[in-house]
Amino acid sequence: MRSNPLSIVKVEELKAYYVSESYGINSVVKAVDDVSFEIYEDEILGIAGESGCGKTTLLKTLLGTIKPPLSIFGGRIFYRIEDEYRDILSFREGELRDIRWKIVSYIPQGSMSVLNPVRKIKDTFLDFMEAHRPDISKSEFDSLVKNYLGALGLPTEVLDSYPHQLSGGMRQRVTIALSTIFKPKIVLADEPTTALDVVVQRGILQLLRKIQREEKNTLVVVSHDMGVHARISDRVGIMYAGKIIEIGNTEEIYTNPLHPYTRYLISSLPKIGDKAYRTGVPGSPPSLSNLPAGCRFQDRCPEIKDICREEEPSLVEVNDNHKVACFLVSKGEENYES
Amino acid sequence: MENLLKYIIPRIFQCMIVIFVGVTIVFIVPRLTPMDPVQSIISRVTALVDTDPRAVEKLVETLTDLYGLRGSLLEQYLRFWKHLLSGDLGPSLTMFPASVVDIIKISLPWTIGLMTISTIIAWLLGIILGTLAGYFSNKRWSQILGTVVMCIYPIPYYIIALILVLLFAYLLPIFPLMGGASIGLKPSFSWSFITSLLKHGFLPAISLVIGTIGWIFMSQRALISRLVASDFIVFAETASLPRKKILSYLIRNSMLPQITDLALSLGGIFSGAIITEQVFSYPGIGVVLYSAILQGDFNLMMGISIFSIIGIATAALVLDLIYPLLDPRIRYK
Amino acid sequence: MSAFKELLKTDRRFLIGFFIIVTVIILAFMSFFSPYKPDERHVLPKDQSPSLQHPLGTSSLGQDIFWLLTFAIKNSLIIGLLAVFFSRIGAIAIGLLSGYIGGNTDKVLTTLADSFIVLPRLPILILLSFAFRSNLNFLTMAFLLAFLDWAWPSKRYRSQILSLKEMEFTTTAIFSGRRTLGVILKEHIPFLIPYIMADFISGFLWAIGMEITLSVLGLSNLDTPTIGTMIYWANYYQAMLKGTWWWIGPPVIALIITVIGFYLLSVSIGNFLDPRTRIQRIGGWRTE
Repeated sequence: MRSNPLSIVKVEELKAYYVSESYGINSVVKAVDDVSFEIYEDEILGIAGESGCGKTTLLKTLLGTIKPPLSIFGGRIFYRIEDEYRDILSFREGELRDIRWKIVSYIPQGSMSVLNPVRKIKDTFLDFMEAHRPDISKSEFDSLVKNYLGALGLPTEVLDSYPHQLSGGMRQRVTIALSTIFKPKIVLADEPTTALDVVVQRGILQLLRKIQREEKNTLVVVSHDMGVHARISDRVGIMYAGKIIEIGNTEEIYTNPLHPYTRYLISSLPKIGDKAYRTGVPGSPPSLSNLPAGCRFQDRCPEIKDICREEEPSLVEVNDNHKVACFLVSKGEENYES
Repeated sequence: MENLLKYIIPRIFQCMIVIFVGVTIVFIVPRLTPMDPVQSIISRVTALVDTDPRAVEKLVETLTDLYGLRGSLLEQYLRFWKHLLSGDLGPSLTMFPASVVDIIKISLPWTIGLMTISTIIAWLLGIILGTLAGYFSNKRWSQILGTVVMCIYPIPYYIIALILVLLFAYLLPIFPLMGGASIGLKPSFSWSFITSLLKHGFLPAISLVIGTIGWIFMSQRALISRLVASDFIVFAETASLPRKKILSYLIRNSMLPQITDLALSLGGIFSGAIITEQVFSYPGIGVVLYSAILQGDFNLMMGISIFSIIGIATAALVLDLIYPLLDPRIRYK
Repeated sequence: MSAFKELLKTDRRFLIGFFIIVTVIILAFMSFFSPYKPDERHVLPKDQSPSLQHPLGTSSLGQDIFWLLTFAIKNSLIIGLLAVFFSRIGAIAIGLLSGYIGGNTDKVLTTLADSFIVLPRLPILILLSFAFRSNLNFLTMAFLLAFLDWAWPSKRYRSQILSLKEMEFTTTAIFSGRRTLGVILKEHIPFLIPYIMADFISGFLWAIGMEITLSVLGLSNLDTPTIGTMIYWANYYQAMLKGTWWWIGPPVIALIITVIGFYLLSVSIGNFLDPRTRIQRIGGWRTE
């Protein structure tokens, strides 16, 4: 890792809530609540956390796909576009279209139905090209797509197939090709391997890594699976109940987890030779529409202090490559132990 | 090829069974009624002139033969099928000696013209509006459109036709009240005939469009709102594909169930025509059928019903056969 | 009952539908207090426009239209209810048999239903009601309508049963030693009840529409006031040409309001059943 990496995305105090007013009852779900972090050039950043912690919502806001009931309650998301930091939350629809797939792209969950079921793969590629690179001619398009699929290890026959004729892993590779063919600077992947079986998962992760190493672009991988992050990510951010509670180099996080929640996640990973029974994190996360005062992890924390019920810890730097939001590490020590 | 046969043959077979049972029901139902067409003719004839009882007897026999009423129910039934398979639907009772086939030939084009055009218009309009309303479901206009359709949809068709007649033929006499074209005009491709045709067809067509569009609109809107949340549409939207493209994805994927509906409603034209043609005095097959029923004209009634049954069953069969062409997921199984 | 209260509170369509239905039922009940008999004619001056004494005027047959309308609404509702009752009893029975027994029974019943589906319903209905028009009363009319409206619903019930049979709790219940019939009654029927309610309303609306269609063609018992026969007589005496709008208008408007009311209820119930909106109502948002 370079000592002073250049950030491609800066997220500042982002608040993204779901607001529902249906049937006269107002409820606010704070899916992303006051989150700040940076994403660097040429890295793979992993975002980890249980389902329902706001990872996908974070990804949606990074993409600028904010539709009711989701709306932004504050904060900014800066993208470095032509050496200038610009807040995409202020972008209009047209400007967003201009950056999608060329600057920021998206790989959805590896599920059955990401591709239009009644269209051949070739035509879907054509649709994407017409939307983003109308300058490419038909013959150029043919060779571009064929070469790219070849480079990703896909046979050209897939182009004449319909999605249902391909296996799950094959479909996910096609989706990855579709998302990366225009060489975006940053690729956001949402649980890219979740619906696939273990052997296929491995192949997909290798493919993602290979693309990133070759393009030297940025890959953000959202996954609940700590094993995926151990294998692929350079840095990992842990999300809990709408907040990033710890972020740092993968090695740091795995060898020296500071937040009790992170420690739980790491210790639940299987290790070769260790036959101890793996336990999950006890309890369940708080409802995002009814958060407690103080730390959001308080009800599940084995090392809780009084301050944890009163104040919310903020993310503080432990060292250059490691930040954590926990009173065990920060304020707690200053206030209570001295 | 083998797969193809495996797909086609059971379906053709099933279609034939359905036609068979349907035609049988049509054969039985009038025979269950207390109506006696022969007697009703006889009483009409003898009411007009005094006739020789022997001549009456002879007439009864001829008529019984002509209407296939001789012998036991089973004999009648077998003879009925023999005639039917040779394409003979017998003569019409009320328009003797015109054959049922001839009468259908004359009146069917009016009905087909009116009903097909209005059904297709309703279908296209319903699909387009339903798609837009489903895609832009948060927009005010979409909700207003939905409410309007929701209030029109349950109203029985007859009432819609009646209100249109009230408004546009009586209160504001913009459109003519009866007929398929002005009296005296010969069917031709002349300007005056075509404008007269359109003017006469307009109100019935509008009533049919209003009467059928509700269902198409609402089913399309429901299909689209389910599709909008599907993974591939969400992905396409995230990828900022142009709106036109997204709408075409939506329409293409919603087409299958809607084509089923279209084919079945085109097959069911005969039935629907009765009320339209009655209210607007339109010279189609519905009016013929209605008067055939009231006058106990069995042959004509059965002839038209059989046409209708074959129409719907064939439409369903054709649909089953072309389905694989429309949906690659079935084709490559 | 709690579902009813919840719907009343949360869904405006249900509220409006419910309000309309209550009004319509009150109108129907008022017929019991009518100062005139339903078949009484020529007892009042003809063609009187609405007044305090006759709030909806009088007809060319010398009837008070308001009180006539109360009878018509009552009778139309009764015919619709009876028809949907018969047709759905048949449809549910055949659908259940088809779905639970399966095999050849299922094949025969499905083919029979398919054959009824391709029948031209209206012509057959016209034929039958023409043939039996001298014997037509509420019951026979309802039977006729039911005879032609069981096929589609029975197929829909069949597919509902098939999907219920596939569900996990069915197997669990059967493995735990419950009799099949017990499972059907205790586990499946409660699942189907809201679906049956929505289906009842749509069958009811169809029956009312058909009653009107037959009546305006002169094919029902024209001496019994129904919404359909009211329109028939108004047309017969050319209410439109004569400008006696208070004769043709009220049955048409009463009908439109009634069908909209019932339809709103069925939409609202259908919406209530939709698992997607159910989640929304409970208030649990998916954030993933």
